[in-house]
Amino acid sequence: MHHALFFHGETLHLMPSGALYWPARKTLAVSDLHLGKSERLARRGGTLLPPYETQATLEKLDRDLDHTQADTVICLGDSFDDLAAADGIEESARLWLARLMAGKSWTWITGNHDPGPIDIGGTHRAALMLQPFTFRHIAEPQETGEISGHYHPKARLAGQSKPCFLADAQRLILPAYGVYTGGLRAHDTALTTLMAKDSLAILTGPRVLAIPMPR
Amino acid sequence: MTSLPPALADWFAAKGWTLHPHQLDMLAKAHDPATLLIAPTGGGKTLAGFLPTLAELGPNPPPGLHTLYVSPLKALTADIRRNLGTPIEGAGLKIRVEDRTGDTSYTQRRRQRADPPHILLTTPESLALLLSYEDAPRIFAGLQRVIVDEIHALAESKRGDQLVLQIARLQSLNPTLRRIGLSATVENPPALARFLSPQTTILEADPGPDPDISMLETDAPPPWSGGGGRYAIPAILNEITRHNTTLIFHNTRAQAELFFHDLWLQNTEDLPIGIHHGSLSREQRERVEQAMTAGALRAVVCTGSLDLGIDWGDVDLVIQVGAPKNVKRLVQRIGRANHRYNAPSKALLVPANRFEVVECQAALDAVRAHTLDGEPRGPGSRDVLCQHILATACAGPFDAGQLYAEVITAGPYAHLTRAEFDACLDFTATGGYALKAYDRWQRLKQTGGKWHLRDPRAAALIRQNLGTIIDIETLKVRLRGHGAPLGEVEESFAATLTPGDTFLIGGQIVRYEGLREMTVEVSRTPGRDPKVAVFNGTKFATSTLLTDRILQIFQADTWPDLPAHTAWWLAKQREVSRLPDPASLLLESFPHDGREHLVVYGFAGRNAQQTLGLLVTKQMESQGLAPLGFVATDYATLIWGLDPVTDPAPLFDLATLRDGLDHWLSGNAVMKRTFRNTAIIAGLIERSHQGRRKTGRQATFSSDILYDTLRKYDPDHLLLQITREEALRGLIDFSRIEAMLARVGDNIVLKRLARVTPLAAPLFFEPGRIPVHGEARDRLATAQAQALMEAAGLA
Repeated sequence: MHHALFFHGETLHLMPSGALYWPARKTLAVSDLHLGKSERLARRGGTLLPPYETQATLEKLDRDLDHTQADTVICLGDSFDDLAAADGIEESARLWLARLMAGKSWTWITGNHDPGPIDIGGTHRAALMLQPFTFRHIAEPQETGEISGHYHPKARLAGQSKPCFLADAQRLILPAYGVYTGGLRAHDTALTTLMAKDSLAILTGPRVLAIPMPR
Repeated sequence: MTSLPPALADWFAAKGWTLHPHQLDMLAKAHDPATLLIAPTGGGKTLAGFLPTLAELGPNPPPGLHTLYVSPLKALTADIRRNLGTPIEGAGLKIRVEDRTGDTSYTQRRRQRADPPHILLTTPESLALLLSYEDAPRIFAGLQRVIVDEIHALAESKRGDQLVLQIARLQSLNPTLRRIGLSATVENPPALARFLSPQTTILEADPGPDPDISMLETDAPPPWSGGGGRYAIPAILNEITRHNTTLIFHNTRAQAELFFHDLWLQNTEDLPIGIHHGSLSREQRERVEQAMTAGALRAVVCTGSLDLGIDWGDVDLVIQVGAPKNVKRLVQRIGRANHRYNAPSKALLVPANRFEVVECQAALDAVRAHTLDGEPRGPGSRDVLCQHILATACAGPFDAGQLYAEVITAGPYAHLTRAEFDACLDFTATGGYALKAYDRWQRLKQTGGKWHLRDPRAAALIRQNLGTIIDIETLKVRLRGHGAPLGEVEESFAATLTPGDTFLIGGQIVRYEGLREMTVEVSRTPGRDPKVAVFNGTKFATSTLLTDRILQIFQADTWPDLPAHTAWWLAKQREVSRLPDPASLLLESFPHDGREHLVVYGFAGRNAQQTLGLLVTKQMESQGLAPLGFVATDYATLIWGLDPVTDPAPLFDLATLRDGLDHWLSGNAVMKRTFRNTAIIAGLIERSHQGRRKTGRQATFSSDILYDTLRKYDPDHLLLQITREEALRGLIDFSRIEAMLARVGDNIVLKRLARVTPLAAPLFFEPGRIPVHGEARDRLATAQAQALMEAAGLA
């Protein structure tokens, strides 16, 4: 079950997977997919992680698209672990992605990991305005009505730490959607200075639960 | 026979020392390929190990490494360096002895590689690093002998697997290398001998007189439950005053802390007493060690960190607080008292609660009967082999066939098949995935028949991760505004603290103020009871030998050997419920504190009881009984949940349990913990380094994610195979569940009771509670989120 958030006059669905769905505009937003992470680590001479995270992340996305029947998709940056990972993506994953993108308006917002255009279709933007919201990768302190990603926030409830959304009156931050992603605790100063005092943390998982943002 | 250099023989004579028979035997066997010396503490075991080397080196040895000494403890290497220095300097021998551990400075380590000493003292981890350098063949070129001290302790863990693989490597570099193993008393000397080398001769020293061991009699009876033995403090203080130096062993660090704190409050005579355990900062431990050596302390409260043979001062009494859990360990601890070889060691057992009175009685019976416990050692771990292959590649290109031939000369790997070896090699080279994704980015590549690192820069990362000890992630604890750390607590413990909570560390109560840059900041709060005292230390599993003896004790009609309070307590249990017996499985069910409880008295040992907890809660979940969690001890599992169990038989059906084994194994927390260790050792994930975590953003993500991914997409992957094997062998211990259920047959007895029973009470104080993530937890999380929102006025 999703959590319904009323934000700047619109109803948004915060989904168990960490995706955001905006029913009025049939728009799905996801952040920080980090596709190709295992390949990037291997290329750099590091460890050889199980090379299945692209598949696992696309499965998640496939399910959410199927469930919501969204016709517009916004990926909020760091969709690929780096530009070479985007180029090196396997053929099967490329085809899968092409199938997901077919017939949809699809925007790739650039992130710090994938700062340039990617040869994979869709539109590429530094930020996207879709009234009343601005979608971008990293939150800007003065902005309002802003939906972003980047921080991979997570919070703890009943002994378990989970990726979470952070929301205040001005902005909404999405959790990392990619399977191979770590998290930044919501009480880290990077987040406590960014978010207003009365912020909420909305935890992902089978039940999407809202708590006051831990500080 | 090799004889001592005259200068050394003269020096011994001048000191009035004569060699023990087993020390002379070691000299006689100097040319044997491998010797295992088994001798009690105080028997001059370490000197016996070094005598052949001192004899061979003589007064003016040529430069070069002659003997490598490996011990499980850093502290031991420093201790040995001092002890060995005395006769060497006394006799004017020009022998250079140096230690090399994680604490050795960078300059010193560099110099040692360029110009090794005659005798190098080290640990398996430092040796792994040394062998991974390209110049290893030059460093070890003239090596004649390797001495493994406390080999019984190393053989119990993966550190032993790693060490014998390294010795096999050294033997390839020096075919005439000779091996010496030094061990305390063990239950199966031939098995330990095979571990050292296939051609080991065993030398057993005279075990000396039987120890003088008994249970401490106290005016106050032990409490109904809980650990720590604080009730016995007046009696223990009395014993301290009557002896020169007393070692007070505890099974966990937390218990040692609580005990030490209370001991000080009652120490009206201001006896100098110190505390020593693995969570304390190095500076604090060293201060205690120095005071101890100088004879300035009358007692030290300690844990397993003092188990191994560090030779300190004039200890004449060992007190074991809490049941010893394992007879062999008890015997070795008793050996700490009275280092005079021919005098009996004196030891007192202090049961922490009434159940432990029975355990202590069982242990006393076993010591007097000279029976020792021990599980046979399994085959060498394959994750350690993966690490060894990576380390070998760091040192230079290798031939797979030659490396395999070398590996199977190591005792634990004698039965490793070539196919198993190749699977490990494939894992290190390509990741070993069904999806061959890393053709271009292999970690190891084959060129001209030899395997080597694709990217030589990867060696630095591999070296950083060498070793098989997996540290539990800990955080330093500091007083706010002061520099010196008080010690460390586990990260998971720190996560449970909220500002204002008080806990014990280094014998003082501190108040949690907050977390700052990966350091727990605290302030002093005198004279208050700590709110939280539990942080996990080592937990020992009671051996089969002891649990069997306990069940036997329960069968008696009366218990004249037990203190009256304990005999009364057992009688009380028999009256309100019944006592467990070998022929049936006793279950108790009762409500307590708003939750339903089920106790399973399986007496199958902690690991098997834990597995039983996982299994049974899984069954309960599918029956809709909403289990919330469980905790296991060596004799029972306590399960709590929202609904009572009324029909237990289906929960304990062996066929169902076995059928479901693989399924439930895969998802549980124990498997994930095992996987994490295996993945770190095999080199799949890196250890987390304090420095790297400082950035806040976790660059690395939870190993649970990798585990879940592998299970889903690559269920036959090597690391999952190893994880399953390790878990079944150690943590799961399913064979003991099978043995228990076979023993009791259909005899499952459920007692429905109104309240907690005498025997069940101690279970409520056990640390290590494992949550069940099911429907019940979702219900509670929803309620908790609701409460938080309401409290914040947001609902």
